[in-house]
Amino acid sequence: MNFSPGDAVMVKDDWPETRGPVHIRTPHYLRGHKGRVLRYLGDYPNPEDLAFARPAARRPLYHVTFPMSELWPEGTKDDDLVVEIYEHWLERP
Amino acid sequence: MEPHALTPFDREVDALRGVLGAKEIMTVDELRRGIEAIPESEYHRLTYYRRWIRSIADNLLRKGIVTEAELRAVLEEA
Repeated sequence: MNFSPGDAVMVKDDWPETRGPVHIRTPHYLRGHKGRVLRYLGDYPNPEDLAFARPAARRPLYHVTFPMSELWPEGTKDDDLVVEIYEHWLERP
Repeated sequence: MEPHALTPFDREVDALRGVLGAKEIMTVDELRRGIEAIPESEYHRLTYYRRWIRSIADNLLRKGIVTEAELRAVLEEA
């Protein structure tokens, strides 16, 4: 695994939906946004392959926390959102 | 959608999904993919478990576990 708790990360601003049939669990509203790794959750088979019954490599999964105020106009200052995101969707900002 | 008690149909669909998972015929991820592929206008018309059975049927047809003729025959009997 490439990231440790506390690392600043950015969700890739990538839209595979525009390139063909895919099944992506990374929420649209997080793409291109910065967050921080909270914890490593383990390695799990990639759902993007499982969804099509393809052999699925195990990928590191993290809890990533985002300040709500950076995602939504009505987000309050001390509010955070925690989302499970696979490593291949994260990069260093 | 309002919360409601599970109908016998709902329970059957849930059980079917469980069996397909236990027998490694279909994963939850395939179920989700099938649900998310339902056109929006139909999606909102279907109940929660009707979305599931639609995805299950789509997946089983795609995999050749059931044929369109078999499915049609069973539906006509019902």
